[in-house]
Order: sequence, then C-alpha cells, then structure tokens
Amino acid sequence: MSQLLRLRRTLKFPRALGLTLISIVLGFFVGAIVLLVAGYNPLEAYGIMIFGVFGLPRYISYTIIIAAPLILTGLSVTFAFRTGLFNIGAEGQFIAGSIAAVIVGHFVRLPIILHVPLVFVSAMVAGALWGSISGFLKARYGVHEVISTIMLNWLALYMNNYLIKLPFLHRVGTEASQKIQDTARIDILGVWKTSPEGREWRMENPFWGDILRSEINLGILFALIAAMVVWYIINRTTLGYELRAVGYNQDAANYGGIPVKKSMTVSMAIAGALAGAAGGIQIMGVTQEITVLAAMEGNGFDGIAVSLIGANTPIGVVLSGFLFGALRYGGTKIQPALGAPRELINIVMGTIVYFIAMPNLFTLLQERYFSWKKKRLDISLPKEAGGESKNV
Amino acid sequence: MAQNESNIAVDLRGISKHFGTFVANDDISISIMKGEVHALLGENGAGKTTLMKALYGMHRPTSGKIFLWGKEVDVTDPKVAISLGIGMVHQHFMLVRPFTVTQNIILGMEPTGLFGAIDFLQSRKRVEELSKKYGLLVDPDALIEDISVGMEQRVEILKALYRGAEILILDEPTAVLTPQEIDDLMGIIRNLTVEGKTVIIITHKLKEIKHIADRCTIIRRGKKIDTVRVHDVTEQDLARMMVGREVNFDVPRGPFNPGTVALEVRKVSSLDGRGLPALKDLSFTLQKGEILAIAGVDGNGQTELAEVLTGLRNLVSGNIFLRNEDIKNLTTKDIIRKGLVAIPQDRQKFGLVLEFSVSENIILQEYDKPTFSRNGILLNDAIHDYSAELIEKFDVRPPVPEYKASELSGGNQQKVIIAREVSQNPDVLIANQPTRGLDVGAIEFVHRALIEQRDRGKAVLLISLELDEVLGLADRILVLYEGKIVGELEAAQADEQKVGILMAGGQL
Ligand SMILES: Nc1ncnc2c1ncn2[C@@H]1O[C@H](COP(=O)(O)OP(=O)(O)O)[C@@H](O)[C@H]1O
Ligand SMILES: [Mg+2]
Repeated sequence: MSQLLRLRRTLKFPRALGLTLISIVLGFFVGAIVLLVAGYNPLEAYGIMIFGVFGLPRYISYTIIIAAPLILTGLSVTFAFRTGLFNIGAEGQFIAGSIAAVIVGHFVRLPIILHVPLVFVSAMVAGALWGSISGFLKARYGVHEVISTIMLNWLALYMNNYLIKLPFLHRVGTEASQKIQDTARIDILGVWKTSPEGREWRMENPFWGDILRSEINLGILFALIAAMVVWYIINRTTLGYELRAVGYNQDAANYGGIPVKKSMTVSMAIAGALAGAAGGIQIMGVTQEITVLAAMEGNGFDGIAVSLIGANTPIGVVLSGFLFGALRYGGTKIQPALGAPRELINIVMGTIVYFIAMPNLFTLLQERYFSWKKKRLDISLPKEAGGESKNV
Repeated sequence: MAQNESNIAVDLRGISKHFGTFVANDDISISIMKGEVHALLGENGAGKTTLMKALYGMHRPTSGKIFLWGKEVDVTDPKVAISLGIGMVHQHFMLVRPFTVTQNIILGMEPTGLFGAIDFLQSRKRVEELSKKYGLLVDPDALIEDISVGMEQRVEILKALYRGAEILILDEPTAVLTPQEIDDLMGIIRNLTVEGKTVIIITHKLKEIKHIADRCTIIRRGKKIDTVRVHDVTEQDLARMMVGREVNFDVPRGPFNPGTVALEVRKVSSLDGRGLPALKDLSFTLQKGEILAIAGVDGNGQTELAEVLTGLRNLVSGNIFLRNEDIKNLTTKDIIRKGLVAIPQDRQKFGLVLEFSVSENIILQEYDKPTFSRNGILLNDAIHDYSAELIEKFDVRPPVPEYKASELSGGNQQKVIIAREVSQNPDVLIANQPTRGLDVGAIEFVHRALIEQRDRGKAVLLISLELDEVLGLADRILVLYEGKIVGELEAAQADEQKVGILMAGGQL
C-alpha cells in the first residue's frame, strides 16, 4: 500500500510536467496560427526565436539574466500562495527592493565582500517591509491583500520617481538615480571587462568574451539558492508547517493553536523579501541605477505567471522562470528580424504563456470551485462559529 | 406488495461501475416497486451514491441495464432522468443562495409567457400548490439564505416534484437535520407515497429505516448483500449485514466510579455569532471517571458551549475552572496544554486540515513540541513513527501516515482526530457531536473510545443531539434549552420520554 502510494506520488510530478510540455507545444501551435493569419511564416519566426535564445553563448547568458529576477518574483507569489494569500504586489516589492539597493549601494562604502551582502539584505528588508504592510492590513483590518498590494504597487512606483528627482539621489542630466559603487556590483568581471586588458582578453577568447558581452552576473545563483531555501522553509520547518496549515484551513489551524494573523503577516513579509531580492539583483547585476518609471515594468506581474506555470512549487518556478526568460528574450528577436509589429509579437507570446498557464489555472480554479462548494456546505450545516474568534 | 412485473418502477439489472481499477458497484440488481419506500443501506463508501448517480444519469455504469416501468432506458444525463420522471436530492444541496425559493425551483426551466418573459406568477402558484399538497410548508418567496437547512432540503424535494418526478431519490437526507426535522421529513415521505410516488432513501441510520422504509437493500463494499422486508428484520440484523460482523450497540463499561471535580463551569454567559445571548448563567460540574452528556435540540447553545470551553469564544461573564485553575479566555493552545482537549463538531472545518497528510494532522497541536521539532525544523522521522504508532493503535485505514486526510472516509477522519486528542492524555475530553455523519461501525469505535477514557478515570463531556447516544453513554444527563440547563437526570432514571420533554422546553 505504502509503496503504491509512493509510486503514485513520484508519478504525479512527471505527469504534471508532461501536461505542461503538451501545453507548451499547443501554445506554440496556436501562436503559429496567429502568425500565419497575420501573414508571417511561423517556422521562420520560431527559428529566429530559437536561434535568438540558443544561437550564441551571449544569448543564453541573456536568457539567464532575465530569468533570475523572474524566478525570485515567482517564488514570492508562490510563497504567499501557500498561505492562501494572492500576492499581486511583487511588482511594488520589487521596486522597494531596488530603491533600497541603490541607496545602500551608492552611499555606503565597504569592501565588496561586505557590501554585496549588505545591499542584498537591504533590498530584501525593504521588500519585506513593503509586503508585510499588506499582510498586516489583512490580519488586522481584514483588508483584502489583492486590493492593498495593487495600491502599494502604485505607491512604490511614485515613490521611485519622486526619490530619483531628489537632489541627493538624482544624477544630473539624466532620468536616473546615482549609480551603485563598484563594490556593490555582482556582474562578473564587470569592471575589468571594459578595461584595455579585458578587451584584449575577450578578443582572444571568443566564447567567454561573448558571454562577457552580456551583463552576466551572480543573480541566478541567488535565485537558485532562494528556491532551495523556500522549498526548505515550506516543507521542513515549523514555520512552513504553520503557513501551509493557515493556507489550507484557517479554522483548523486556529483550533490547533496556530497564530493565524501572525502567519499572514510573516508570509507576506517573506514573499516581499523575495520580490525585494529580485529588485536587488537587478540593480546589482544589470542596471546599477533606478530610472524614472512611466509604467509598471512587469517584473512582479510576470512572477504571477511564472508561479502559476510552476504550479506553485519552487522547482517548478525555477523551470518556468527559465522558460519565461527565454520567451521574453527570444520574443524580442523576432520583431526586428521579421519586421512584424511589436504588438503582434506580444500577442503571440501572450498566447503561448496563456496556453502554458492554462492547465494549472484550471487546477487552481477547480480547487477554488471545490472549496467553494465545501464552504457552501459548511454554511448549510447547523451554524458553526460565527462572531469574533479570539485566538487569531 | 406482490413482486409483479407491472408494479416494478425501477429495475436495475447487473449494474457495475468502475473508477479506474476500483469497483464502486459490482453487479448490483434491485427491483423497486411503485409506491414503496426503498432504503439503500451501507457504510460510507459502500457505493450507494454511485449506484443512484447511475440511475440519475450523472455517470454511465460500466455495465448493466436500467429498466423503468418495464422498458429499458438509457439515462445519458440528469436531464434525461428528469424527463423520465426521476428526481434526486443530493447530499449537498445545490441552491442559489440570494434567490428565492420559487426562483430556485424554476431555474433552468423558466416557463415563458408572451415575448419570452418569465411567467413568474404561474410558477409561484404551482410551487405553492405542490407545497401544500405534500405538506412541505415552504414559503415560495423566502430567500434561500434566510431559511434553515431543513427547509432547503424541502425546496430541493419541491424542485424535483415541480419537474414531475415520480421516483424520488434522497441521498442521506437526515444527515443534516435535527430530530424534529427528521420527524417532519418522515411525514413528508409518507405523503409522497400516499400520492403514489416511489421513494428511494439512502441512509446508514437503522432506526430511520425501521421507521419509514418498506424494503431495504444492503450494500457492502460495492456488492449487494441482500434485499429484505424491513418488517422481518431487527436493527441488529441490518447492522450485521451492513458491517459484515456483529455490531455491539451496548459497549461494555466499567462500574461508575466518579472522582474529584475535573471541570467546573460557573455562571457562564456568552453571546452567539450575531451578538445575541447564547449561554445564560450556565453552571455545572464534571467529575473524573464520568461521562456527562449535554442533551438538547440543535441551536440551544451547544456550539457556543463547546467554543467557550475550548477557548474559541469569549465569555461575557462567569468562570471556568479546570482543576481549580481558571481557564476563562485563555487561548486554545494554552487550554490544550493544561489538559482539556476536544473533538470538534465539524471535523472537516475545525478538526482537520484536509490537504495535510494524516501525520501532519496528528501533530497539529504538538508540532512545536521538542518531540516533533527542534530549532524550528520538523523532525520527520519522529513524526512519521509517532503517526504510524497511532494509526495502528486507532485502526486508521488505510494505515499510511502520508495519506491525505481528505482521501479518508469520514469514520477514519474521525479516528485521526480522536487519536490526536486522546493521545495527549487529557484530563478532560469534550466531544461535540462526535458521531455525526458516521456509520454504525465507526460510531461503535467512537463510543468505545469515549468509554475507555471514562474507565481510565478521565472526565468526558459529551454534547450530542442524538438521544440514543446520550442515553446509551451518559452517567449523568444535563438538558440544555435556550442556553440554560433545564434539567439533570441520573442515567438510571432517564428515558427517552423524560429527556425528550425537557429538550422541548417542557417540565417533568
Ligand atoms: N468520481 C469518482 N472517482 C473515483 N472514485 C469514486 C468516485 N465517486 C465515488 N468514488 C469512490 O467509490 C466509492 C463509493 O462511493 P459512494 O458511492 O459515494 O459511497 P456512499 O455509499 O458513501 O455513497 C468510494 O470509495 C468513493 O471514493
Ligand atoms: Mg454517499
């Protein structure tokens, strides 16, 4: 019996993976139809895209660079979701993290070995604070986290734009902030590679030289470690146990003596820390500065899709983060090569993403639907608790 | 009622239903007579609902034939079933809450008048007529969200009748009803058969079968065991056929040997969810080595009493002493740590995290104790071993700690909760309707567990709506009526009538 069960459990994952693979193929197929209808050759388009992702060492490197923050925001959404919270706010937490990273990265002077961790931690703390506001509002006043996170996203965006314009942070003559110190950068050999010796070495070693043409950085390492830590917290610690219990069944968790409200705040704080970390590595590894934002960049919103495609598991999020990175990066290649309008490419990419996310979306909705049905039953049973419960 | 061909309303012939490799129905044949009340009896998971869903067209049987009034029919979906005059009231009602009774009843088959407008008045009138004819007493204009569960059920019945049902399937209709509502339902079923309707009632309550059914088909693990005339058998016989072994209704118990006071409730008052008084100056004591039962009709303060004692609800006034220590307004966790545990009324809502495994549920109150975690890290081996031990001791099936709680039957879910609570070796155990929705075998298990606690010198407070359970288990009985204790009886002097009178607010 127990063996059978284990077999079933181990079978479950590849099955989910198989389903996802099928929907990827399906997504590309429907995307192809869209391209055909618009009068472009889908084979050519996909060929360009595949070459655009795998064709040169540098391309692969770019895909990874794009994937790293997406994995982190995906983890953020996943983590909150495990406590039954829908974190739409990864976007704002990302911005909060990047602001903190720029400030600490620019004004603090430390050796690299201390500066990098400090900036990273600052970004996480800023994201955590930003996230925990929503958790607190939900726990204390019952404000729905979807509402509060969306509002905090805009707040973060305007705060970003406001701070950049302040004299202490503004880099004169630009629409951007001051840059972080070199000691806070995590792009690999970032300073050296533009030096005369660096340029020469890169000419002599085309493979590595090509990779170094991208802003290859340590962000992906941080993201992968974060995925492992998240997995560990969720599955192996009492904290994760509490959060999952709250996510599945608040009443039973409360009855068992788990502090439900505290769990919500903690969960949103950790989710925020992950999204903040994404903002941090983006600053430290790629941009080195924050710029005025006209609109949301989508790093956090894409995290929702990444989390959904990854079926809310850390390993799934890592895989879907890479996939998403590839789509995002490869997609940009099609447009100039084919001369197709950008909007079309966005439609095609969107279609593909929808298809990949669909099976998991269905599962999710199904679960929601069933739990709705269950709740409905609870109401029709003789009335239960009602009123104020006080442990929470 | 001769078994003559023309009298047969439904004839199921060799129905089998497989879910993958699992056989839920195995070659079941039943003939159901026109105008009879035919009971389907079986433990949870025996396959009763599955069989009826085949008749109602909710899924296709893997093999077998269905004859209706002597003609073979192919019930491809519920719409076909309805057109053939079959109606089914499900275990879980499917009504739209913000709609009125009439709106719900005509939903999906709105009669249209001129220009396709819904002819509402006409349908309302029919609803009223039907309601009167069968004694359903349903207000056609009431909103579903405002009416009681019992009423909701009648709306479902009405809905089936409105659609012209001649054969009515009721899936465990009494599971959610109070004793009074059950009586009313029995009356309604009688009215239906008087009018020539055929009723198939799924249940695992033997008393109800004796009470209402003409014949009964017993199903065990997907197989038909027998069809019997209810008149010819005893409850004991039915239980044996259903469970497959002798069932003891009277669990043996040691002599009544009460000890010191374990729990004292002193002048406790509290409000219900709407802020109205639910408990009014309630006082009683619970001694070691006794089962004290709180009898009463549902909604007289049982839920609030259990919540107050387990720390889920605040008191307005009064005190609760656990071994001389006031536990009023402590958190649930603190109360548990002090030795008072509870089997909650709604096991799926409060008792279990259904998506958790059995072992994760077993440590729900103790996960942060050093036995199960160190420095915030769960000790999985210890958790597994401990769960495996309890699973064996309490006979949870399947005996797999990693099994999801939602995949267990109701009886086994209850075993998990009892295992968890009792294993904390509490001084006081509060059992709030611990056998609700369970079948005979599981009920026997729960009763044994409660009596074992008592015999070990622990104090047990049993809150129950089932009079049989109260009379069968209690050493002492308190009757709760409108938030007050209106009577106290020693087990020896108590009988159904006396307790019943007190429960209804009368005086002895
Ligand atoms: N759609 C389904 N898929 C798989 N198994 C099912 C399904 N429906 C019911 N079963 C299984 O068939 C068995 C009989 O279920 P059911 O007919 O609901 O029992 P009951 O007699 O309690 O009404 C149970 O073990 C149940 O788990
Ligand atoms: Mg059933």
